[in-house]
Amino acid sequence: MPDNKEKYAKLQAAIEKHKGERGAVMPVLQEAMTIFGYVPQDVQEMIADGLGVTLSEVYGVSTFYSQFSLEPKGEHIIGVCLGTACYVKGSQKILDKLSEELKIEPGRTTADGLFSLNATRCLGACGLAPVMMIGEEVYGRLTPDQVPGILDKYRTAQ
Amino acid sequence: MENLVKLTIDGIPVEVPAGTTVLEAARKAGIKIPTLCYLKDINQIGACRMCIVDTGARAFGAACVLPVSNGMNVKTNTPKLRSARKTNLELLLSNHDKKCLSCARNQKCELQQMCIDLGVEDTDTYAGKMNEYDIDDLSPSIVRNNNKCILCRRCVAACINTQAVGVIGPVGRGFKTQIRSAWGQSLSEVACINCGQCIAACPTGALYEKDSTKEVWDLLADTTKHVVVQPAPAVRAALGEEFGMPIGSLVTGKLAAALRRLGFEKVFDTDWGADLTIMEEGTELLGRLKNGGTLPMITSCSPGWIKFCETYYPDFIDNLSSCKSPHEMEGAMIKSYWAEKEGIDPKDIRVVSVMPCTAKKFEAKRPELSHNGLQDVDAVITTRELAHMIKQAGIDFANLPDEDFDPVLGESTGAGVIFGATGGVMEAALRTVYEKVTGETLKNVDFEAVRGIEGVKEATVKVGDLDVKVAVAHGTANAAKLLDSIRSGEKTYHFIEIMGCPGGCVTGGGQPIVDAQTRMECDPKALRAAALYREDANKPQRKSHENPSIMALYKDYLGEPNSHKAHELLHTTYTKRPKYTK
Repeated sequence: MPDNKEKYAKLQAAIEKHKGERGAVMPVLQEAMTIFGYVPQDVQEMIADGLGVTLSEVYGVSTFYSQFSLEPKGEHIIGVCLGTACYVKGSQKILDKLSEELKIEPGRTTADGLFSLNATRCLGACGLAPVMMIGEEVYGRLTPDQVPGILDKYRTAQ
Repeated sequence: MENLVKLTIDGIPVEVPAGTTVLEAARKAGIKIPTLCYLKDINQIGACRMCIVDTGARAFGAACVLPVSNGMNVKTNTPKLRSARKTNLELLLSNHDKKCLSCARNQKCELQQMCIDLGVEDTDTYAGKMNEYDIDDLSPSIVRNNNKCILCRRCVAACINTQAVGVIGPVGRGFKTQIRSAWGQSLSEVACINCGQCIAACPTGALYEKDSTKEVWDLLADTTKHVVVQPAPAVRAALGEEFGMPIGSLVTGKLAAALRRLGFEKVFDTDWGADLTIMEEGTELLGRLKNGGTLPMITSCSPGWIKFCETYYPDFIDNLSSCKSPHEMEGAMIKSYWAEKEGIDPKDIRVVSVMPCTAKKFEAKRPELSHNGLQDVDAVITTRELAHMIKQAGIDFANLPDEDFDPVLGESTGAGVIFGATGGVMEAALRTVYEKVTGETLKNVDFEAVRGIEGVKEATVKVGDLDVKVAVAHGTANAAKLLDSIRSGEKTYHFIEIMGCPGGCVTGGGQPIVDAQTRMECDPKALRAAALYREDANKPQRKSHENPSIMALYKDYLGEPNSHKAHELLHTTYTKRPKYTK
């Protein structure tokens, strides 16, 4: 796949750029996240061999920080605010409903690759609590029964 | 001139070189500061906070990483320190599976000892949620039970720093942190070399060898089989420690007696296989030198090193001697030569090896180490497992009489016994190669240049007209350095000895475990090696080619070293292995 080839070439360039630096694993993993959207095993192996560190070290860093994902992100990223105001207004029930509808735990991606579900900190829209974001779209004053309809919008848009 | 620093520890004035840690300085003053994550020369990261001391600073410092400074006034034993250490320990215990009675390290556990020393009375002070992990027992050599892990990272440091392998590391974060391999893979799936240095480093029972004692007890109970045993050279230099003897005790005679009392039909000795290895390997080296074969030739006795080479340095596979390791050679001879002499069907023989090594368990299962569909060796137990069996059998080891090994596969020379120490295989080979090439008798058989515990040793040995350039490395991180220098063209050699474990087999992954506090006071590598060199010096024969039973073997059975028959039975092949698997 030419598309993929280009991605690996970009990763190679990132490795070359940081090679020899102290703590190079972190910035290279960050660049890999930007390039691939996640850091799968073959990408981590390439980073390990390229930087001359062990796969254990790369994997250790990638599992320590929540900014790295080991699986592909969905097309639509759902973030449910669990900040204080939203939580008080029942955002946990929104998150539970999403989990139930999508059949995934928070932090995971649906099998069809359409949605990733995350719990987030304050999104800064406390006046609209409880709030969630799907992509760049903000949904406020939510109730759990609104969830299926909202998801359907994205499903039928395919 | 060394820059000396003066300080006071618990009121005792101490003078030590600059750069010394408070932990080491305290030791000099006769003060033992408790440690858990600290392991001399391997892991010094100040993580467990057991070694905290009071220097009057705002917070307590970790003595293992705290350098001394002039005028420092250190307190190691105050009510506040004792209380803080106890709290740390209780917190560690709150997520530790406390099934000590069934633990492989019961009574040899640093965590357990710490609880006794610090007077932890209630192990459930912080009872609450605990992690429950599956035990990884898929590797033929090593078992990891993370329910006992205290995250000290001593195994991680041993794996990456001393062995340059690095197939384990911390995964995840916070309460869910585990030490394991990447991507949830078992130790059997990743490029682990099975050396067991992680086990030797572990302060608790989170790492131990795959148990084979049940298998051996079953064999011993099977009256339809001829069950014979062979212990490796290094076993005799360490087994005594499991019965309270000091490090460096030599227990050769008691070892033979104990094996006989366990019920083995014949008690042979891998030292004999070592002598045989020298005949084959020495001849192979001379052949390569004469016929332009691949050089440097590298020894092949250590299965940890072999898997390291196959995985991380496959371009050196042609440099490996094709010789099987000594216990595999001995196994092959037991099931052919001895079987024929005794008129026993090889199918009815079971060979048990007692090894200082966990990688030997993997090696014994290698399909190429077999003949006519029979594995050369059927079961491998470590020195620790043998000690356990001796205890189970109620044998009073310390008071056993000294007995001999059985003829003929138990008769050996001093060259065979030093195989257990770094440099020993090289020295044994040089004794034979020198005399074979020159036809002269060596005036001094001690090749001091290849002895000792330096990581990489080099020497040039004059053998007739030839200056033979040799090198010795132990611990695969040292081996990697040596191989890199050859790859880059910086160094050239004719003959290299590599042993996978630091110190060689005497401090192999299957040997009695020496705790971190003891390792601060003495070096088991040197003490156990000294025991083997003592035995060598006292042997009537000290050169493999002078072993009468080896001479008889060639005369009656194999013909000559590297003969067709010898190749069929005593030599092997190697396989390039992937670094990563999906």
